[in-house]
Amino acid sequence: MLKSRFFKKVEKFNGNFTQLEEDSRRWEKLYKERWSHDKVVRTTHGVNCTGSCSWNVYVKQGIVTWEHQSTDYPSCGPNMPEFEPRGCPRGASFSWYEYSPLRIKYPYIRERLWKMWEDAKDQFENPIDAWESIVTDPEKTKSYKSVRGHGGLIRVKWDDATELISAMLLYTIKKYGPDRIAGFSPIPAMSMLSYASGARFMSLIGGEMLSFYDWYADLPPASPQVWGEQTDVPESSDWYNSQYLMMWGSNVPLTRTPDAHFMVEARYKGTKVVSISPDYAENVKFADNWLAPNPGSDAALAQGFTHVILNEYYNNQQVPYFTDYVKKFTDLPFVIMLDQSENNEGHVVSGRFLRISDLKETNEANPEWKPMLVDEPTDKLVVPNGTIGQRWDKSEKWNLDLTSEFGREISPKLSFLGEDYKVIDLPNFDNEGNSIYSRTIPCREITLKDGSKKLITTVFDLIMAQYGIKRKKIDVFAAKDYDDADSLFTPAWQEKVTGVRADLVIQIAREFAQNAADTKGKSMIIVGAGINHWFNSDMTYRAIINMLMLTGCIGVQGGGWAHYVGQEKLRPAEGWSNIAFANDWQPGCSRQQQGTSFFYFASDQWKYDELDNEGMKSPVKTIKDGYKHPADYNQMAIRLGWMPSYPQFDRNNLNFVKDYKTNDIKEISKKVVQELKDGSLHFAAEAPDKDINQPKALFVWRSNLFSSSGKGQEYFMKHILGSENGLLAKQSENFKPVDMEWDEKSVTGKLDLAVAFDFRMVTTPLYSDIVLPAATWYEKEDLSSTDMHPFIHPFNKAVDPLWESQSDWQAFKHISKSFSEMAKKYYSEPQYDLKTQPLGHDSMGEISQPYGKIKDWKRGEIEPIPGKTMPSLSLVKRDYTAVYDKYIALGPNAGGKLGSNGYSYSVANEYNELKDIIGTYTDGVDKGYPKLDEDRNVAESILHLSSASNGHVAKKAWENAEEITGKKLADISAGLTEKQMTFANITAQPKEAIPTPIFSSAKHDGDRYSPFSVNIERNVPFRTLTGRQQFYLDHEIFQEYGEELATYKPTLPPHVLGPADTKVEPADKELTLRYLTPHGKWNIHTTYQDNLYMLTLFRGGPTVWLSLDDAKKIDIKDNDWVELYNKNGVVTARAVVSQRMPDGTLYMYHAQDMEIEEPLSTITGNRGGSHNAPTQIHVKPTQMVGGYAQLSYGFNYYGPIGNQRDLYVNVRKLKEVKWHES
Amino acid sequence: MKVKAQISMVLNLDKCIGCHTCSVTCKQTWTNRPGAEYMWFNNVETRPGVGYPKKWEDESHYKGGWKLNRKGKLELRAGNKLNKVALAKIFYNPDMPNLDDYYEPWTYDYQTLFGKESKHQPVARAKSQITGEYMDLTNGPNWDDDLAGSDRSFGEDPNMQNIESDIKGNFERTFMMYLPRLCEHCLNAACVASCPSGAMYKRDEDGIVLVDQERCRGWRFCMTGCPYKKVYFNWNTNKAEKCTFCYPRIEEGLPTVCSETCVGRIRYIGVILYDADRVAEACEEPDDTKLYEAQLGLFLDPNDPEVVEQALADGVDMETIRCAQKSPIYKMAVEQKIAFPLHPEYRTMPMVWYVPPLSPIMNYFEGKNSIKYPEMIFPAINEMRIPVEYLANLLSGGNTEVIKNALYKLAMMRLYMRARTSGKEFDAEKLDRVGLTEDSATSLYRLLAIAKYEDRFVIPQSKKEKVAPVAEDQGGLGFEQCNGCALAPVHGSMLRKAKAGESTKDIYAESFYGGIWRD
Repeated sequence: MLKSRFFKKVEKFNGNFTQLEEDSRRWEKLYKERWSHDKVVRTTHGVNCTGSCSWNVYVKQGIVTWEHQSTDYPSCGPNMPEFEPRGCPRGASFSWYEYSPLRIKYPYIRERLWKMWEDAKDQFENPIDAWESIVTDPEKTKSYKSVRGHGGLIRVKWDDATELISAMLLYTIKKYGPDRIAGFSPIPAMSMLSYASGARFMSLIGGEMLSFYDWYADLPPASPQVWGEQTDVPESSDWYNSQYLMMWGSNVPLTRTPDAHFMVEARYKGTKVVSISPDYAENVKFADNWLAPNPGSDAALAQGFTHVILNEYYNNQQVPYFTDYVKKFTDLPFVIMLDQSENNEGHVVSGRFLRISDLKETNEANPEWKPMLVDEPTDKLVVPNGTIGQRWDKSEKWNLDLTSEFGREISPKLSFLGEDYKVIDLPNFDNEGNSIYSRTIPCREITLKDGSKKLITTVFDLIMAQYGIKRKKIDVFAAKDYDDADSLFTPAWQEKVTGVRADLVIQIAREFAQNAADTKGKSMIIVGAGINHWFNSDMTYRAIINMLMLTGCIGVQGGGWAHYVGQEKLRPAEGWSNIAFANDWQPGCSRQQQGTSFFYFASDQWKYDELDNEGMKSPVKTIKDGYKHPADYNQMAIRLGWMPSYPQFDRNNLNFVKDYKTNDIKEISKKVVQELKDGSLHFAAEAPDKDINQPKALFVWRSNLFSSSGKGQEYFMKHILGSENGLLAKQSENFKPVDMEWDEKSVTGKLDLAVAFDFRMVTTPLYSDIVLPAATWYEKEDLSSTDMHPFIHPFNKAVDPLWESQSDWQAFKHISKSFSEMAKKYYSEPQYDLKTQPLGHDSMGEISQPYGKIKDWKRGEIEPIPGKTMPSLSLVKRDYTAVYDKYIALGPNAGGKLGSNGYSYSVANEYNELKDIIGTYTDGVDKGYPKLDEDRNVAESILHLSSASNGHVAKKAWENAEEITGKKLADISAGLTEKQMTFANITAQPKEAIPTPIFSSAKHDGDRYSPFSVNIERNVPFRTLTGRQQFYLDHEIFQEYGEELATYKPTLPPHVLGPADTKVEPADKELTLRYLTPHGKWNIHTTYQDNLYMLTLFRGGPTVWLSLDDAKKIDIKDNDWVELYNKNGVVTARAVVSQRMPDGTLYMYHAQDMEIEEPLSTITGNRGGSHNAPTQIHVKPTQMVGGYAQLSYGFNYYGPIGNQRDLYVNVRKLKEVKWHES
Repeated sequence: MKVKAQISMVLNLDKCIGCHTCSVTCKQTWTNRPGAEYMWFNNVETRPGVGYPKKWEDESHYKGGWKLNRKGKLELRAGNKLNKVALAKIFYNPDMPNLDDYYEPWTYDYQTLFGKESKHQPVARAKSQITGEYMDLTNGPNWDDDLAGSDRSFGEDPNMQNIESDIKGNFERTFMMYLPRLCEHCLNAACVASCPSGAMYKRDEDGIVLVDQERCRGWRFCMTGCPYKKVYFNWNTNKAEKCTFCYPRIEEGLPTVCSETCVGRIRYIGVILYDADRVAEACEEPDDTKLYEAQLGLFLDPNDPEVVEQALADGVDMETIRCAQKSPIYKMAVEQKIAFPLHPEYRTMPMVWYVPPLSPIMNYFEGKNSIKYPEMIFPAINEMRIPVEYLANLLSGGNTEVIKNALYKLAMMRLYMRARTSGKEFDAEKLDRVGLTEDSATSLYRLLAIAKYEDRFVIPQSKKEKVAPVAEDQGGLGFEQCNGCALAPVHGSMLRKAKAGESTKDIYAESFYGGIWRD
């Protein structure tokens, strides 16, 4: 009934319109009780997002209830905004996973396989034989492989799962060799121990870890090319120090959510912000200017900017800050030789750097590795300090001091302007056909040691010529002015390519450069995946980096490049890598394989590759060792020691010692070389489809590889997994590699066993045979760091691992134990594993192939010499019975020398201290060794052994750097010697990492982390050929593709379906659109995209975005179901129609997985794929170069990127929305 | 003069990155339970857009807030109490937003992913959280995020009236901003005035507006009365619930969850002292475009000795006054005049205010010569993409002048700081023109950019000793029986009905509208 109080008067005020409560407010306890909690635990999220945010997780009565960001970061100082609070909506929704129905609670095995296994075990006493009986039976393997992904996983016990895994491992090792077993886990920085667990296990057994940074196309190859550095970038707070900030292909608010405020707040300090994005992205909201170039045309825009900078700041006027900078810190003054043009009589083309070995006989070391420049006052060619030749000749001249041998200062000459002139031919790239253009170039003639005459010029002169800057009054080859649209790289020319107005380009270029001149380099460009995931991204990046080098911004606080794609900065690196790759027991025992090449061959994408390289070569130069098929370059890279290749040979690596009956590596090397020459031994990658050469087992943890990062997903599904797939392409008929074995037969389901560790049921566990329940980030201890901030964060348990989940460290420990016990019974004899290794960066291997000239032993151009003209060879003793014992103890080599980037220093004291900190084993084979049995001990060890987290180690590291460079450096960390991170003290409050020479910042005294400042402030060389930042790359393959200098190359031509591919019945209304997959707002890769909160906040399932006009053309309305396809696969999704999208381009935001709201495709009848279904990778030859200074292999440092942007799809309405076959 | 203290908030929309972290942390902390699925005490809207619930600003439809009657006196747009009874609106309320205006909360049949072997890969489909039936998703709490579906949503945004029509559908003229929203904790709350049960009240000490969960009878007039649509109805408990301004945290001197977890660092919380005696008079300002200034006129100078004396006399404690003196809200709203109330024309005197956003230059695509004034490195206000009219429709009852002045001020601050940080001269007269001095520009810069935690949040702790037997409580707290819990235990009545074959609509109608019969 109605209560009488409805009409009762209550006390009111302000004219009766506000009513005060006169009754008891005891009820208010209600929300207070919701708010109350029992404990708050500091942890973070190990998701691949670069966030590394410190979170407080609230626990109430044993249940994780919610999470809020912590706000207690150390201050950035009184005049800076702080890091607090770091986090994003994705992270804030994590606790939902804890108890969600998606949670993987128990171990699972594919039911069909489990039944076979049970039967086989009944028949065979030896589990290895039992496994053999299954995998050697084609009917059986087909039976369980073909249903991968279709449900039918059944719950088993942990011990059952590890038994099967161990039997599979031992069978594979005995039969094929350990390198048929691969592990994939990305970005160790986001949860270091988890990565280290499986990596350590793989390293101990001899399997390979696959690289991820290059495979993800997050690696910017331009960084190794220009700087010899994988990537180093400013922490986000340094954006605040910038005075001119461009966001270029990086949607900061969306992909760097916790960092965005520094950009936003910098505007109030007077920083101008420019956004370069093809759509009206979130970051455009914060810009003063928005430039919307056509997707993929960014290099042309950068060239337009650079044209203005060169003309106005190097030609019309000289800015001392700029010229001093480029003379000292770049290769612009270095001298290159000019060769005769093949095309035009009397014209020249650019050649390679001049070395002292070209000029005279000398007995100094490494003369072929000492490039030269002209000293202006004496007008003589000299080798300045700091070149790579000096890095390895131990002459203590590996620094950037410009002192001559007589102690006088040398002054690099930038240009031969006013001397001789020649006409130089340069390449222009166009999908309609490449062409040659000519420019005037200043030069000088010199005499080489053989008496021949040679024309030389400087890199600077070459660049001025390339851009057509008019330096002489009359120069018919130069650009007439900015409006000269026919002259390459002018603002008007770029407008034709990019669609960005020329006058705006002129304005922004001026502002950018003038700001750098006024502030001594505080112009910054934040670059990101939007421009990095393209086939020619290195061209775009180099073009942008050129702008920054020319304006003296690199290595300056608040200036330079800021590349944020992939979280690669694992700060306590030395301690971590020692444990992760088991160097503490056996230095060099691990195999590290280039991920893109692995997947290119394993998923057979090489057999479908349509990209004939002939059309992409420079018309200016031909080289004799070139190829047409990308796969051939990969073979060359393997045999010349440029890139690793595992599986290794078409023979079990454990058999060499047995077959040759010797364990003398020299003997073995000789025989291997002979067999390779004879052709009785091959690299496995030459015939990836052969049974012996296939990967047999894949362990995936911390990754949703088969969807999120499976570029060419349907190729994975078909060839690696053997499951149902949506591939429409057919194997090439005409375009085939010459150096590979081609099998017309299609091999499906290469993997015998796929093992996934996860806490949620997504594509990768769905398609795996064994699924192991992983503890979440709220249930374990671990470490996390990022390049976005300087802290190292802990993971802590808010609750114990739920259900039967375990941390990855414990899971691999469990597997190790089962494996070693089985080995004791059935495979106890130690084995000798012959291991190949490519020529590595930061080792003597990087100066093994001089002049960047290809010498191919297969073509008889040179002898195969391991470690020089081919991969090096070594023997690794594998005791499979001892894997567990090694896994759980920190081996003695951790007390030796650790280091990175060419530095090494003793951590003997720290190793001994660790014995007391974490305790040692008191009996058994591990007696006296520190215990790594518990996660927390591993974390403690990493922190204690690394220079970023232990001031004593940092001191030793800087002292070693002082020895190597002869420069004073130890003061950088001097005040921090006593600083020591422990798991407890970083849990109490976040702590900043200590500056260390294994990264490139000279940060001290409250500076923010800024990369390359140690090079610029302290004269430490870049780890490149010249020791400087390089505009010019002279390797033959770079000449072959016309990439000696940055230039504009168009995106790959549209290709939807080939004539031989599966026919698709055309729809009434269908449109071909560029297919882009930028990072999304509601997920971090596939994590969170299945989370109910994120799905609720945006449309509940897979979506694609398209423009109003494009939608209208094919009759699509907002929220309609659509289907998109190309030769690689099919996706079904709902349309989002929006005016912020440009015409001609469709976005499917990255990593929308296929197990949520994904209907069947009407084209294939199968489940539509994830965002990766329409993708395919294209590998680029220049990214496989090795054995040549900074262009040498390093794990996740160099290698072809798995780019997936240069793609198109056909889009149409989805005729019928069907969820299941009826 | 009757001095009262109000805890209030300013959101700097210029800094908002539209990430929705505030919404998620709020939801996880407060409304992730049955009956509350669709409640977003805090939500974020992309503008232009329809908002949540759909078109909530269309008061000609929802009839929320106040209007002036023919005599110029304030009355609820939906009518007074007598009117409600007379027209039997308590039984049927025609102005209520319905489920479609919010959305039908859903989940997925995730469990299917663990199921038996099937012909195709299994897939988790959306299922209604109300009926358990499969759903075709057509609406959600943030459906038009980042201009999604802008072909429709631009036209459905009431604030887009009177804006040049060629902005719609024109890629090159696109603009976008975000509007995070929570309860406004109004000085003249229409929800409180609408409540027939007296269950809603405005707390005397801090002005937080709450629904007494023991006294609420589920009339839901608060839902229609609130023009911001920030009171929700819990279909499980049949009570109204709303943003509590996180009073359990505020009482301890902590910022609200949405504020502390805001990674854009856009939110500020502080105390405003105001003259409660003049609220009605301010609300009756006839000119919509002057309501903002009328409200501003209520705010008292916390450093004025007379105000302090009166405040103490009116029961405002000394710590609260000291907080008011350091209040970031006072600085932004009163001293700098860069913050504005959301839709002052609703006449509720809202106390969550907003700093309008700057935006990129528009003339790039239009072909004007942007190099003409090279010293003007930043866009001029009239070149910005977000039309000032749009901002004025949102934040000042259509008064474009005051919005422009705020934007001028922000832009001038940037120019001044640019000169300073790059060591260049700056003509102080330029500052003067927008009402700044070097000192005030610097302090504004520090408040907006440096924005340390302790400068963003200045919150007095509650004076429990004034209202509770504290000595007793010291030993007794935590032992009492919970006799204030109004939330019923989770019960599956909805699902039972669904199983019995009732449609979503019927169930909705019964539980949503039918709640009033429960007692």
